[in-house]
Amino acid sequence: MKKLLLGNEAIARGVYEAGATVATAYPGTPSTEITENIAKYDEIYSEWAPNEKVALEVAIGASYAGARATCAMKHVGLNVAADPLFTASYTGVNGGLVIFVADDPGMHSSQNEQDTRIIARGAKVPVIEPSDSEECKNFTKEAFKISEEFDAPVIVRLTTRIAHSQGIVELQDRENCELKPYVKNPAKYVMMPAMARRRHVSVEERMAKLREYSENSSLNRIEWGDRKIGVITAGIAYQYAREAFGDVSYLKIGMVYPLPEKLIKEFASQVETLYVIEELEPFIENQCRLMGLNVTGKDKLPVIGEYSAALIKEKIFGETSEKLNDIQIEVPGRPPVLCAGCPHRATYYVLKKLKLTVSGDIGCYTLGALAPLESVDTTVCMGASVGVALGMEKARGAEQSKKTVAVIGDSTFIHSGITGLIDMVYNNSKGTVIILDNSITGMTGHQHNPTTGFNIKGEPAKQVDLVKLCHAVGVDRVKVCDPFNLKEFEQIVKEEVAADELSVIIAQRPCALLKYVKFGPVLTINQDKCTKCRMCMKLGCPAIVDRDDHIEINPTQCVGCDLCPRVCKFNAIEKAGGQNE
Amino acid sequence: MNNTSIMIVGVGGQGTLLTSRILGDVALSSGVDVKVSEVHGMSQRGGSVVTYVKMGEKIFSPVIEKNEADIILCFEKLEALRWIDYAKKDATIIINTQRIDPMPVITGKAKYPENIIERIKDNYKKVVDVPALDMAEKCGNIKTANVVMIGVMAQCTEIDKEIWLKAVEKTVKPQFVDVNIKAFNLGYDFARDCFI
Repeated sequence: MKKLLLGNEAIARGVYEAGATVATAYPGTPSTEITENIAKYDEIYSEWAPNEKVALEVAIGASYAGARATCAMKHVGLNVAADPLFTASYTGVNGGLVIFVADDPGMHSSQNEQDTRIIARGAKVPVIEPSDSEECKNFTKEAFKISEEFDAPVIVRLTTRIAHSQGIVELQDRENCELKPYVKNPAKYVMMPAMARRRHVSVEERMAKLREYSENSSLNRIEWGDRKIGVITAGIAYQYAREAFGDVSYLKIGMVYPLPEKLIKEFASQVETLYVIEELEPFIENQCRLMGLNVTGKDKLPVIGEYSAALIKEKIFGETSEKLNDIQIEVPGRPPVLCAGCPHRATYYVLKKLKLTVSGDIGCYTLGALAPLESVDTTVCMGASVGVALGMEKARGAEQSKKTVAVIGDSTFIHSGITGLIDMVYNNSKGTVIILDNSITGMTGHQHNPTTGFNIKGEPAKQVDLVKLCHAVGVDRVKVCDPFNLKEFEQIVKEEVAADELSVIIAQRPCALLKYVKFGPVLTINQDKCTKCRMCMKLGCPAIVDRDDHIEINPTQCVGCDLCPRVCKFNAIEKAGGQNE
Repeated sequence: MNNTSIMIVGVGGQGTLLTSRILGDVALSSGVDVKVSEVHGMSQRGGSVVTYVKMGEKIFSPVIEKNEADIILCFEKLEALRWIDYAKKDATIIINTQRIDPMPVITGKAKYPENIIERIKDNYKKVVDVPALDMAEKCGNIKTANVVMIGVMAQCTEIDKEIWLKAVEKTVKPQFVDVNIKAFNLGYDFARDCFI
């Protein structure tokens, strides 16, 4: 049967067809749908782990125990999981272990655009890269075979355009894959120096064997066309190259590490001009140059951002597209915004009013850096808000802690904020951490986490109590408040920031997009009462618009969250349809 | 079937994803190759969102380039303007007349351009403006504006109406099938004379 599947859905199908039985992940765009879709198969145990490091460790354990296991994450997630990855490379596997890592060229939804292939090479872990949904499924199955044959974890590298494009996939049946026996083997699985030294030798032997495998693997293929031009390419860049270069010759690389060097040389010897087309780093290209090949690549094409067929045509052939219309209107940008009804809006409104330095974190609430809230000062990586706030305090003295707060989401706090908080406790911080508890992992599309009380399948699960957790690690001052109670929330923030000891404020209000969140009727501005003081405009709500001569609420955008009436000093904001009490 | 490139442009939260899923299903039912490129994550939070649907004998890149789109389905006027350079000279451009102010306009840093639809009509012959929001409201659910737009678009393709209806039925949640079918038909009837 043929089905139209996202790359990520096709990966999930491949995991299912390969007979895998354990799948773990921490959500992260553009990788999230892999594990969401795996969770639909009852034959596979799936879970959201608190972070990528734990997720990979669970998958490693499952592999040692004999199961085919997987772990999925976004590119920066691999940094978190790098520690287990580099040593799992030494121990090797028992059941096949496949790690899906989704890079984000162009940074559609990320804080950097690092290239996973470079980390994988550092870890000496083979990398496979599909170019469409069909390959996502088939390469996944091949990855399990490689993992078991060569005793190595295997990375399947995706990019946003592969992960989030749908293509036609031919579905096959699930392989019946028996659990392999677990045999105690400390020489392989206990990585202390004496054992690890021997395992490093095994790793190098394995890499040599993988190089041979790569030469003959069907993952790499030549498509002969006009031999004046030869293009070596991989992943989504293959698709762009096909459109930009047309009927020339292609060496399409599916196994990007280790590369098939003999195959590359043979291909190079049969074409006149050689190009390497790959997004981000010159990974294939540098290898070609080391082999002494004369190639054109990053000398003309950027290491920054996403490619496209048009970009390749422009940079390689100097072809630009002609403008077909005479429309010369400047189009205002449309940056993403906190949704109407978002609990974070109230939090940032207060933090901005108090002119605090805000050490931010990763999630929807990073949007609090944009106008008009412009509250967030820094954003680095998952969990960094807490450590960064502590560092500011230690650098500038305790007075700084009276002007600074860290803000971090519930899921992010569990991911890696808790360790920072323990550092604050241990090293006598007087700072303030605000946990933005919106009862869900928001930005990635509503995944459950250890604080929500449900597991990946939506079944009830044990719930981590944030208040008890903070108390348990030694924070004595823990306050819980709904940030929509603006006055109370402002008072609490003032007190806690001024306090001469460490405190945590849990700003608790569910994400406005959660199904159970019900608001009242939409709001409207009574123009007779409105003085155009523009206090409501400070909220940065997408529903409140300034029409120069008056301010109005767009009824298609307003959700009736009732926040703006709380900042209006003239009671001019009313429920539409005269439903005010 | 000739290669057909369709762009769906709008504001995060307007239902562009669901629309692209319906189009993808239609293409699959028509037996041609198809690729659909979506946007997830941060842009979905009220940002400018574009989805590409390409169908034909063999599709390589899932992305549509400037001057390549046969149809642009615009869920919001400003977004129509933003992506207009992607239209072929003889493209069909279907524009929901809805206006959603982006944050730079809301905060007064930029102006929402005037006469967008007129300017586009000056340059392209096949432009249809659709009061999709009002029509969706008539159906009883403003969230069906995207399916009203699909109904309009269905009129300018040679694909059988039944295939469209089945795709809508398959894609939307069961409790919303009736209202979406109603929305599709309203759009379909609205556009009856638009593409002759």
